[in-house]
Amino acid sequence: MSDASYIDGAEATRNAPRIPVAAPSDYFELLKPRVMSLVVLTALAGILLAPTPPHPLIIFAALLSIAVGAGASGALNMWYDADIDAIMTRTARRPIPAGRMEPESALAFGLVLAMLSVFTLGFATNWLAAFLLAFTIFFYVVIYTMWLKRSTPQNIVIGGAAGALPPMVGYAAATGDLGLASAILFAIIFVWTPPHFWALALMKHDEYGRAGVPMMPNVHGAERTRLEILVYSMLLAPLGVAPWLLGFASIAYGVVSIVAGAYLVWLAIGVYRKREDDAARRASLKLFLFSISYLFLLFLIIVGERALHIVGVV
Amino acid sequence: MSIGPGNDTNPQEGVVLTPEQARSRRARNIAIGFMIALLAVLFYALTLVKLGGAVAHRQI
Repeated sequence: MSDASYIDGAEATRNAPRIPVAAPSDYFELLKPRVMSLVVLTALAGILLAPTPPHPLIIFAALLSIAVGAGASGALNMWYDADIDAIMTRTARRPIPAGRMEPESALAFGLVLAMLSVFTLGFATNWLAAFLLAFTIFFYVVIYTMWLKRSTPQNIVIGGAAGALPPMVGYAAATGDLGLASAILFAIIFVWTPPHFWALALMKHDEYGRAGVPMMPNVHGAERTRLEILVYSMLLAPLGVAPWLLGFASIAYGVVSIVAGAYLVWLAIGVYRKREDDAARRASLKLFLFSISYLFLLFLIIVGERALHIVGVV
Repeated sequence: MSIGPGNDTNPQEGVVLTPEQARSRRARNIAIGFMIALLAVLFYALTLVKLGGAVAHRQI
């Protein structure tokens, strides 16, 4: 064999198939586990609101499917947004920007999980729930990630619908129908999303600016963002009480939601009033962190109450 | 990883994985196997639950 038939080391490296070194934990990270935990909780609330909840194994399969569907959305989001993720410190250590995984692997993983989760939910429960889950994934990946995120400051307002759908998917899985109760839970998450993400955007506006993501503070300024945070928080507080007013949560939920809602508005007023660098940042951080607790708290109470009701304790 | 035709000192041809690549591939394979087994069990159990207890007494 002549020397010409050999390729030199540098060319070999260029032509070499890219063999991944991603561990299973990297694939798990693609699923955005923390988001998934909130999705599981909100979907479970939707399932347990059904007049007659299904068999526990059906509930388990439905929750697993919805969680995996949400995870698939996360993986597809990380595939598409790898360029943005590499710029922002909060996301730079994700598997793709960190170089542990090829983007194509995340794309394939996300697509397979999306199809598997929709099919499993359809098989385990019904095809209305499966359609809603497929729509949720489509909305998050195509409408939010590919279209709105890079084109309008209303990105997280409209895109918030994807995050708000899990209770409706859960309710549909349990009943084969769409009910007022699940629509109220949808509305709570939908209205919760803007103040939550804009509190983060106020703190990270320089990073969003560098990444070219048109978040509200970058496009319309911090003052307008603070005002909108306050308006949405004032809408959210009474909406959070609605489950009690409409009779599918107890007086205990009512009291907690009134107190927590009032505190949320108080924190939003703090964000609106404090304009100096450090104080403003602290106010935004407080609102951002409490908004997570607020949503977890409301849904935990609904889940707890419904579970106790189903086992006959109350 | 070495690419290219083998020679006398390295009889293995084609792509040779580094220890790290081999380790991560093995871990991924185990995870995939575990997930497939879990799915099989889940679908089996779901089928039993959906058929219900009276399946043996249905009219044919």
